[in-house]
Amino acid sequence: MAEYETSDLVRANGQVKVQRKKGPPTARLDPEQAAKRKRLQEAQKQYGRGQGIETKSIKDKKLRGNLKALEERYQEAALKAKDAEILLENESGFLEPEGELERTYKVRQDEIKTDVAVETAKKSFELKLDQLGPYTADYTRNGRDLLLAGRKGHVATMDWRSGKLGCELQLGETIRDAKWLHNNQYFAVAQKRNVYIYDHHGVEIHNLDQHIEVTHMEFLPYHYLLATIGNAGWLKWQDTSTGKLVMQMPTKQGTPTAFGQNPYNAILHVGHQNGTVSLWSPNSTTPLVKMLCHRGPVRSLAVDREGRYMVSTGQDSKMAVWDVRNFKPVHEYFLRQPGSSVAVSDRNLTAVGWGTQTTVWKDLFSKHRSDVDQVKVQSPYMAWGAQGQSVERVRWCPFEDILGIGHNQGFTSIIVPGAGEPNFDALEVNPYENAKQRQEGEVKSLLNKLQPEMISLNPDFVGNLDKASHEQRQLEKDLDRKTGVEAERERVEELKNRGRGKNSSLRKFIRKKGNKNVIDEHKVRVQEMREKQRQRAKEIKEGKQQEELGPALARFARKGG
Amino acid sequence: MKIKALTRSASSIQTPGASDGSARQPRNLDPALHPFERAREYTRALNATKLERMFAAPFVAQLGRGHVDGVYTLGRDPQSLDRFASGSGDGVLKVWDLPSRDEVWQTQAHENLVKGMCWTQDRKLLSCGTDRTVKLYDPYNTPSKSAPTATWLGSNSFTALSLHRSEPAFAAASSSSIQLYDMSRPSTTPTQTLAWPTSIDTITALAFNQSETSLLASCASDRSLVLYDLRTSSPLHRSILTMSSNSIAWNPMEPFNFAVANEDHNIYMFDSRNLSRALNVLKDHVSAVMDVDFSPTGQELVSASYDRTLRLWTPQKSGHSRDIYHTKRMQRIFSCTFSGDSSYVLSGSDDGNVRLWRANASERSGVRSARERQKLEYDEALKERWKHMPEIRRISRHRHVPKVVKKAGEIKGEELKSIKRREENERKHSRKGQKKRRSEREKMVLTTEQ
Repeated sequence: MAEYETSDLVRANGQVKVQRKKGPPTARLDPEQAAKRKRLQEAQKQYGRGQGIETKSIKDKKLRGNLKALEERYQEAALKAKDAEILLENESGFLEPEGELERTYKVRQDEIKTDVAVETAKKSFELKLDQLGPYTADYTRNGRDLLLAGRKGHVATMDWRSGKLGCELQLGETIRDAKWLHNNQYFAVAQKRNVYIYDHHGVEIHNLDQHIEVTHMEFLPYHYLLATIGNAGWLKWQDTSTGKLVMQMPTKQGTPTAFGQNPYNAILHVGHQNGTVSLWSPNSTTPLVKMLCHRGPVRSLAVDREGRYMVSTGQDSKMAVWDVRNFKPVHEYFLRQPGSSVAVSDRNLTAVGWGTQTTVWKDLFSKHRSDVDQVKVQSPYMAWGAQGQSVERVRWCPFEDILGIGHNQGFTSIIVPGAGEPNFDALEVNPYENAKQRQEGEVKSLLNKLQPEMISLNPDFVGNLDKASHEQRQLEKDLDRKTGVEAERERVEELKNRGRGKNSSLRKFIRKKGNKNVIDEHKVRVQEMREKQRQRAKEIKEGKQQEELGPALARFARKGG
Repeated sequence: MKIKALTRSASSIQTPGASDGSARQPRNLDPALHPFERAREYTRALNATKLERMFAAPFVAQLGRGHVDGVYTLGRDPQSLDRFASGSGDGVLKVWDLPSRDEVWQTQAHENLVKGMCWTQDRKLLSCGTDRTVKLYDPYNTPSKSAPTATWLGSNSFTALSLHRSEPAFAAASSSSIQLYDMSRPSTTPTQTLAWPTSIDTITALAFNQSETSLLASCASDRSLVLYDLRTSSPLHRSILTMSSNSIAWNPMEPFNFAVANEDHNIYMFDSRNLSRALNVLKDHVSAVMDVDFSPTGQELVSASYDRTLRLWTPQKSGHSRDIYHTKRMQRIFSCTFSGDSSYVLSGSDDGNVRLWRANASERSGVRSARERQKLEYDEALKERWKHMPEIRRISRHRHVPKVVKKAGEIKGEELKSIKRREENERKHSRKGQKKRRSEREKMVLTTEQ
């Protein structure tokens, strides 16, 4: 029987028509809309701040409206930022092979020098200082000034682009490290016993006598903290704006072998003799994370500027790339000798100095790829050295395609195309600032100085809702909650496997969650719990046997069940 | 091999054509170049909040040498931003000029208290007093101490005065009735008399609605709040509150709403169409509220209190005051008013002084450069965005309050708590549903009559 189309809700046979919700049309987007959507996606990828809020599911009408407007504003901001890319003036450098047989790592410095602009070619230079080396080097945050410190007591600062010497000091004692502070006006030098701060004339300003036998230093520019670690393994944070020692704590792992900061969250990475790297913040006396990176002492480490990946070298002649967001190894590379220094540039080129050589690696990790998809690079991007200069320190010059190499015969600055961030933000760090701008920037940055309490693995926690303590408060309100031993028992009970086999859920947890060589707090707790559980089971078993055998024969019961 | 290295010449950073060598400041919005953005923004917001509190200096000046007796009425000239009039307990009227902060005109208007005063649309000053007269002065065109241009005599002392918006008429309250006079015919008898039939107590305040011009509100010492309509020349509505009210102010932007300053330390916002329930209750004062005034924008409210403090409110946002103003020498405040541009507040107190305050304690008048304005706007946005953070909220809410007021507030809190506890106990021990909880907004309305 043919059915008539009527507007009634009831069919002729008395059935009630089911009204289906109409979904969106499945037609393809018209090209204009598709382009719009693509543009939005691209903008979100680069300038967005993570996933937005799902506003549709919010019931409160006012809240929904407000959040929707807010989300729209964020989207608009991302789009505008993307549009503003047209104003970026400079493009990054590159080194590209033209034929199949060409290799970028075969290109020598003199070839590059002939090919680039004269201005740029001048930036590649060599300082022959073979008396007081090996030299460590450090660039200021804007890459304009260079600080050189020879092991045997020679310190020099220079405006390296114009080749003007700032100051020169002969300290006459061992120098282990030297670091610029927030701008080119002050620098800290770790000398034989204490750390000293000098101004740009080379006048000693402060003697930080609480920092003893410091081997490594890092400066956290947004917090105005000078972090040091010495032979005794004490990690210290000194506020350079107020002069207060913010925090000091022992790492309890002997003399540290490597030290670096994560510029994204100001967490300090300390490499130890046993191959572990521990992560420290001034807010916790225990390391936030410990990870086993090498079989042998860690020699050096560096983290990329967005805090995603860490590259470390060890005495085992390996260079390891780690994802420091979830603490998983990405790849390991073999160097013929232990890498003595490693540095990651703004555009994620990795320079590693090993023995007398320096190699630069490209694409060891890439931003928009998950860990699983990171490819292992087959050959380095560039190479330099093998002329008898053992490399002490490699440092990238910010905002330039320049790599500074401090070695036992002085300092060499080489051109590495494609290393530096081409477009600087003058209101953040300005490589071309004049004295007035420097002064103003100093005041501004002091006003915006971050408190040491804000250092955390996730720097964006400020302003987040503290759901954990809310839950805790709610729990405390619950009068029927279990406390103390009872709660503990319940927790273990929860993790216990009913199957009674070797494959307890605790074991499973240890096996499955995280990697074997990442030892975090939770893992330690679970391990302890499992140990206790085993101990208890053992005791119970022994007790049962003793009961069965009676007092006389119990002494023959087998220990350990 | 294709080789290109980054090249930036130092001259590329100079502004083309600028002779002073001023540098351009290129931006790059890549988030990678701006780490710790949230923490830094929070720090900036914290600094902005601290700066706001640092720059908070609400008191501007006191006007001239004040009055000899307490100042009980203040009037804003609706045609001018800088002229105000004040009336004191010894019957003197003074007109003040804000730019010079000095007195420009004065007269001994009454033999006793000046109870009500207002400016007419043609910039004349109308005042009533307890000496049973209403007088009209012309401060702009006559010298000081000149005689009134018109006088109306009443049978009883006048207690309140209000001017009709469009017609040349005013209402003056004497004892329990309201007389309407024609302004164009001096020294005549009232054209209309309005009264609630059963009321016998003195009317304390009167206010004409400025949009629905024939609507008149009054409050009396018998705790009543009455609305009258001139067109029917009869009262419309009366409600009795728990305590008597001292002053009424109509909202200039939402003409059906008005605020009432009450003896029970609160200010009640009412919708004139429904007097059984308040729209909002503003609580913070620790003594009777003597006067209340809306800002011309209708967004802000200023209240003067017997506890020697002036409070500013944003009734749409919160039921608590946004700021409290006080000085050591200021006595009980009986009158207050907003300036015509809602950027200043005036207070008249028992010590005879008329004080000028900023409506926004940390705001400064004067021309601002574009950069300064931009900075202030940015700071404002920051404060708004981060206002919920505990530290910022604490700093922005902190006010120094006189010890007496603070102590009184604590005692009041205790008392209220004990009353509440007692009520709860009674409720607990009475039959279910017999003692119902009443909402805070309708608690104070005892009865409403049509």
